[in-house]
Amino acid sequence: MALAFSEESEAKFNELVSRYPNTRAALLPALFLAQEEFGWISVEVMDYLAERLELPPSQVLTTATFYTMYNKQPVGKCHVQVCTTLSCAFRGGYELLERFEDRLGIKRGESTPDGNWTLTEVECLASCGSAPMFQLTDSKGNMEYFEDLDSEEKFETVVKELESRLPNLPDPRDMH
Amino acid sequence: MEELFLSRNFKIENGHTLPVYESGGGYQRLKKALNMDSATIIDEVKKSNLRGRGGAGFPTGVKWGFMPKESELPKYLTVNADEGEPGTFKDRYIMELDPHLLIEGCIITAWTLGLRYGYIYVRGELQFAIRRLEAAIKEAYAKGYLGQKIQGKDFDFDLYVHPSGGAYICGEETGMIEGLEGKPGQPRMKPPFPAVVGAFNAPTLVNNVETIAAIPWIIERGGEWWASMGIEKNGGPKLYGLSGHIKKPGVYEAPSGVSVRELLEDYGGGMLDGSDLKGYIPGGSSCRVMLPDTLDALMGFESMREAGSSLGTGCITFMDHTTCMVRIAGRLAHFYHHESCGQCTPCREGSGWATKVLDQIENGNGRMEDLDLLLDICDNIEGNTICALGDSISIPVRSYVELFTQEFEDHIRRKGCPFPAWSLRSSASTRAEAVAGAE
Ligand SMILES: Cc1cc2nc3c(=O)[nH]c(=O)nc-3n(C[C@H](O)[C@H](O)[C@H](O)COP(=O)(O)O)c2cc1C
Ligand code: SF4
Ligand code: FES
Repeated sequence: MALAFSEESEAKFNELVSRYPNTRAALLPALFLAQEEFGWISVEVMDYLAERLELPPSQVLTTATFYTMYNKQPVGKCHVQVCTTLSCAFRGGYELLERFEDRLGIKRGESTPDGNWTLTEVECLASCGSAPMFQLTDSKGNMEYFEDLDSEEKFETVVKELESRLPNLPDPRDMH
Repeated sequence: MEELFLSRNFKIENGHTLPVYESGGGYQRLKKALNMDSATIIDEVKKSNLRGRGGAGFPTGVKWGFMPKESELPKYLTVNADEGEPGTFKDRYIMELDPHLLIEGCIITAWTLGLRYGYIYVRGELQFAIRRLEAAIKEAYAKGYLGQKIQGKDFDFDLYVHPSGGAYICGEETGMIEGLEGKPGQPRMKPPFPAVVGAFNAPTLVNNVETIAAIPWIIERGGEWWASMGIEKNGGPKLYGLSGHIKKPGVYEAPSGVSVRELLEDYGGGMLDGSDLKGYIPGGSSCRVMLPDTLDALMGFESMREAGSSLGTGCITFMDHTTCMVRIAGRLAHFYHHESCGQCTPCREGSGWATKVLDQIENGNGRMEDLDLLLDICDNIEGNTICALGDSISIPVRSYVELFTQEFEDHIRRKGCPFPAWSLRSSASTRAEAVAGAE
């Protein structure tokens, strides 16, 4: 099936392109838009963007693979990214990561087979004063910081909240 | 500090919206600047002793003076909002809580230097900041502060937000420009400097968020006034992000030249109960670590250098006596190895090698020769790379080896780490265990 942006994304795409003196410069924001629409950045998605931005596919590939926020493999509906850099590590960052591992039954770097969760360890997210913390990215492209998670209770509250969102989120594997 | 400037709107309800911003005098500074000429404004910025807040501390007025007056291509403003240096978390607050202060600063800067387009280069993870900025930019367009013929003057300026894709190296100014152009963020050789050949081959000004946010205040009250809140060569209030083993982590506004002790005790609430200060990193993890006997050092670029480190971003990480300095050095080397863009062999290979050696010492397999080896690796990186990320590995690693030699040797002699797994666990019981384990 040939990929195509929805009408809404198409309008955003055109607006993005108009911001820059050439189409290549729109690539980073366009990759985010495509990830929101198509769930993840497959080769097919890269080719579609190359065509839309009139760029050689190799240029899209080298950029998409250089940056970490573009998922070259599908991730779970909720992508949990726990910071373990110094300031977070000092206040329980690793413990937060382990809590997620126990709770989700996966190790860092893995996804649950049901497609609901992916857990990753990430570097400093500019939230060092409210450590420990993690960033959530959901399959609709929304990102959110959850901060000051220094107790079991706070952890439980957040996990329950995220669980309640799962039914309303698409599975990225089915998005294109 | 009684009156707040950079953080004035942080605690005000809806401080991020245009009406609230305007009711506090917002955009009056733009109107004032539009009646001043370029040379006068640059002169005020020079007098203010404002230093770049991105970490390198270059005098902002001098940098502005390097921008060519004439250019065939339209000139660009790029605001560095890629905040990623471990321990640094200040720009995010300005963008989320007072976006109009940054936007007003951008417009005044563009007016002064004849810049036609501006991009705020925000790290992609900061989606909330991006949304706040985009909403604020929309408000500013609607009021005629952005766009064509701004406030009836012969002055056009368009401002956009550019999200990065997740790469620490895009904080380096030429890596950032590559990212703006849609390319992998691999830093360029300098010269030419961005002021000559920057974004889209045009003259480009690169300044940090906090630097640009100071501009409206300098216009309102003058360069000398800004300089008066500081010490020699370091003017104006600044945001200090305090984190680590302290009672009240957070972002605080204080004058340039405040002492580390004041920040720790008066703002940060002091060390946690049961914690003794062992060391601190003054301005992001690429700075040399410092010992407690330097607590009276003043937060200025020259004073911090004299005290043995650097001011960097001014965001301090405090570490207590349960902290293993070998582990810290290894964790940081790992970070920089992960973030190396891979162009230069000394950075790419040296960072990986240093990480391995440090992990080996931490895990009990170190040899005494490893200390010299580490210093040797640092020597080979320093000065041999395209960008300063190389030095961001060697400078801190060298400092941990030099200042905590005994601790490294202890690891090697007893074939393992005498400290608890990480130096603070979040629950009280494990915290007590951690402290007990270190004794
Ligand atoms: C590896 C590396 C990362 C950097 N990261 C940032 C950053 O996240 N934000 C920033 O403003 N400056 C960063 N800088 C400094 C910029 O290169 C540049 O000096 C700064 O943005 C200039 O603005 P200023 O003069 O207002 O400080 C970084 C430099 C290096 C070498
Ligand atoms: S020093 Fe490191 S990060 Fe900088 S250009 Fe060279 S390889 Fe890339
Ligand atoms: S160390 Fe975790 S957000 Fe900075």
